[in-house]
Amino acid sequence: MRDFGGALAIWRRLLLAQLRESPARVLITVLAIALGVALGAAVYFVNGAALNEFGLASKRLVGEADLVVRAPREGFAEALFVDLARNPEVAAASPVLEFEVAVPGHRDTLTLLGVDPFRAAGVQSALLGEIAGNVRDWFEPAGIFLSSSAADQLQLRRGGRLAIVVGNTPKALRVLGILSQSAYPQPLGLMDIASAQWLFGQTGRLNRIDLRLKPGTSVESFRRALQQQLPPGALAVAPEVERDRAVTATRAYRVNLNMLAMVALWTGAFLVFSTQSLSVLRRRSSLALLRALGVTRSQLRWALVGEGAALGALGSVLGVAVALLLADALLRVLSGDLGNGQLHASVASLRAPPLAAVAFFLIGTGVAAVGAWLPARAAARQSPARALKGGGGDYVAAARTSSFLGIALLAAGALLALLPPIGGLPAFGYAAIAALLFGAVLLVPALTVRLLHLAPRNVGVVLNTAIAQLRDNVGLSTLSLASIIVSFSLMVAMAIMVYSFRESFDHWLGKLLPADLQLREPFGNDTASWSPEVQARLAAVGGVARIEFRRTRQIYLDPARPPVTLIARDSKSASLSDDLPLVRSAAGPLPHSELVWISEALEDLYGYRSGATLELPLRGSRLPYTVAGVWRDYARPAGAIVISRPEYAAASGDREANEASVWLGDAASPTAVEAALRAVIADGGAVEIMTSGAVRERSLQIFDRAFAITYALEAIAVLIGLTGVSLAAGSTALARRAEFGVLRHIGMLRGQIVGMLAREGLLLGAFGVVYGLILGAALSLVLVYVVNRQSFNWSIDLAVPYRQLLLLSLALLVAAAVTAVWSGRAATSQDAVRAVREDW
Amino acid sequence: MGTDAAVLRLENLGKRFGNDRPPLFAGVDLELRPGEYLAVMGESGVGKSTLLNLLAGLDSPDSGRVLLEGVDLASLDDDGVTLLRRRAVGFVFQAFHLLPYLTVEQNVALPLDLLGVAQPERGLRTLEMLDAVGMAGLARRFARELSGGEVQRVAIARALVHRPRLLLADEPTGNLDPRSAAQTLQLLRAQVKRNAGAGLLITHSRAAAETADRILVLDAASLKPMAPAG
Repeated sequence: MRDFGGALAIWRRLLLAQLRESPARVLITVLAIALGVALGAAVYFVNGAALNEFGLASKRLVGEADLVVRAPREGFAEALFVDLARNPEVAAASPVLEFEVAVPGHRDTLTLLGVDPFRAAGVQSALLGEIAGNVRDWFEPAGIFLSSSAADQLQLRRGGRLAIVVGNTPKALRVLGILSQSAYPQPLGLMDIASAQWLFGQTGRLNRIDLRLKPGTSVESFRRALQQQLPPGALAVAPEVERDRAVTATRAYRVNLNMLAMVALWTGAFLVFSTQSLSVLRRRSSLALLRALGVTRSQLRWALVGEGAALGALGSVLGVAVALLLADALLRVLSGDLGNGQLHASVASLRAPPLAAVAFFLIGTGVAAVGAWLPARAAARQSPARALKGGGGDYVAAARTSSFLGIALLAAGALLALLPPIGGLPAFGYAAIAALLFGAVLLVPALTVRLLHLAPRNVGVVLNTAIAQLRDNVGLSTLSLASIIVSFSLMVAMAIMVYSFRESFDHWLGKLLPADLQLREPFGNDTASWSPEVQARLAAVGGVARIEFRRTRQIYLDPARPPVTLIARDSKSASLSDDLPLVRSAAGPLPHSELVWISEALEDLYGYRSGATLELPLRGSRLPYTVAGVWRDYARPAGAIVISRPEYAAASGDREANEASVWLGDAASPTAVEAALRAVIADGGAVEIMTSGAVRERSLQIFDRAFAITYALEAIAVLIGLTGVSLAAGSTALARRAEFGVLRHIGMLRGQIVGMLAREGLLLGAFGVVYGLILGAALSLVLVYVVNRQSFNWSIDLAVPYRQLLLLSLALLVAAAVTAVWSGRAATSQDAVRAVREDW
Repeated sequence: MGTDAAVLRLENLGKRFGNDRPPLFAGVDLELRPGEYLAVMGESGVGKSTLLNLLAGLDSPDSGRVLLEGVDLASLDDDGVTLLRRRAVGFVFQAFHLLPYLTVEQNVALPLDLLGVAQPERGLRTLEMLDAVGMAGLARRFARELSGGEVQRVAIARALVHRPRLLLADEPTGNLDPRSAAQTLQLLRAQVKRNAGAGLLITHSRAAAETADRILVLDAASLKPMAPAG
């Protein structure tokens, strides 16, 4: 206790002295921590708000249901509902017909639910209250109630008309009322189930039943038993599993973003480490004096750790405050999806989560304390007698010790990279990156010692002196290098990964978009499609040389996972292999029919392999297909299956199409053909028709937007790293004032001293750049082959952006030299010259 | 270079810090000829350090001139003064001020490096100088591995290795024990005489000052000859 009290007293004095002597340095350290905490917390808050809003919206859709029976578009016979409603363990059952409908003139589809209000009241008690005054209107055949956000988006009011497309036929619905914002926050429409069945040609069919079970019934046992009785393609799932699906689908992206934001925080920790180390070196004699006066080792250690923690606490408070402001602004601008476009929470609002805020405060403080720990330990361990005499640290011995640990960490990193994901997340991949990064940093002192020993000895007084200084102060050099190596290598790794991804993505687009024009109904819609007659008319449009149709639809293979996209393509089985960006083909002879090609996500998430059999739920049966190959798909992270359309049509009876690729005739104008195609389709305005070039351009724009935030976060990390270099250079120059003064006394010109510092900066910078490039390249392999693959379940080919890396390296070199020279200004001032006079 | 035979000449030198304070020097005249070894004594705060800065061109006077080898320092820019100092002046400090990351040999060779003296001459002159101060055996050691007396010997070698016309020594024995101090003072005098340059020793110690040819006292803004002892 007395030890703690003593440590507290020393901590207070040391901290106050630091604040008094180097307020600018303290401020920059605090700001760096604040920036790291702000970025990490803001990303977390934004994701949290979006997920919270998404969860609430999903919950309102299913009310108090314990289970949801769900099937894809064509659904199941409503006799199933009758059976379930009669089940003695079911307290309430609500039949639902749910579709995503295309609305002409709008890009996003509208969720439309057909429900029986009296049945639905059993699981969604709020619904009856919402339509209480309009119960008679409810049963109007072509009427619909809109949620307030849908009414806002579609700019409709009560009494207005909503145009939709069913198949290729336009229909109009009358808006019977607007539901309150609190009832359903997301955009959706509600109508009577009988009207919906009639409207969508689904008489006698449902595709969802919400079930509330009697108290005491085991939901999971009931679900398992029910699943056995359901027709193929229909699944019984708990609502929370459905909610989690969307959350899981975006989790990897969110975790990656959080990790990236944490890089800034860790770089900030390195900054604390380097400033504290330099500050300990600068106060070497006074700390030794404290020891000589009776301060114990642990008192000194805790006082210095406390110093770092205090800076961390200050930075963390500031960081959390900035994070709240930043998150609020991001939610307004990006509507919560932070660029990945998968998690729309249109009305997400920030609710400051106190626990998360406290957690980020503690993380920031803890990280700063960790950064201060090593220098504090070194200061407590140093011999007071030697330090008082002005002896330097035994860096060579320290370098040897740290290099053993470094090699061990590098080996651990290499092994960790080989391990599989945990719960769909590349936890070991991240651990591998951390181990490689820290291992590589720990090797820096030993490598610096070796390299400087190889440096030439007689290369002019200025360079000689610079090299001798670096050689003797390898510890200081390492401190300067650590933060820049960490941030620069991560920047290099990210640059290689993003460039590789972009190149692979571009190549993939080229393979998938060979035609001149692409047509499709808005993504995700369940109702608009083109009948064989419409397809024939489209093929007959003047200027169309060739047209290939596709039918895409969602199917469920696993209740706990999002639906998989089934793509039926016009080609015959034999030629599909040539049209797809295949990464693997089945070995050995294959049958000539009943073949499918799966995307890499199906391989990773479901464990299917080339040559294996996969059962597709089609037309109420489970039909076996052989996996002929695995293809690369960057559009559908939940997985996609390609099948020949003739075979699909024969198996499912579905001859509709909702996408097409069009090859134009020699003299055809894309604009004229586009207009002619639109004229054939009922909802021509809603159909997306673009040239393949425009699709490619838009896709790459979306890609770049998604990665813009990652670049911004990385740039911030590098800036923090450079600040570290600048602080280290500044501290070093300050500590060497007397030395520069002596050099000026014996005739070294100002320019020569500045040149010496510039050379030191350049040498350190060059080492940092080369080392950062090598380390970054190694880390990029983990990012490309482990983190990317395990996060998103798709592969990318490694490609190196030489030009970008060269420019980055040059920028860093210049920055390092400029920083050193800038710090040297103080060193060559008259005050510095007089520094030697301090004892005159 | 001027034609003046004096190594150093101060003419009517004046300096003050702040108008509300009395001048540090006013109308100071001094001449130092080759081979002459002068000691300046004075109490703390009388301006001994400022005087050294003015002599070395590290500070500029308010009035009067400093002529080093006949060259008026005021007529040179910063680089010009530095180049003249590099060639013509050697410094010995109280706190030694060796560069800790250089060996003894490298520290001593530094002025020759700066003057562009090439090998093997640089090595020979360095060793010769180290030998003269009795430190040739420790040439490969770092400064932190030496005792106080040894470090000051190296500092003297560094100050004289390029055979400067003027040696400026500031309390060179302030941090040394009496025996090392006596050896150091003998060494300084011998080296100044051997190089036929001039030396200026600033000290508090009467005993140290008495190793010089003449003693001046800095008092009441002027340099006065020391009153005979007793």
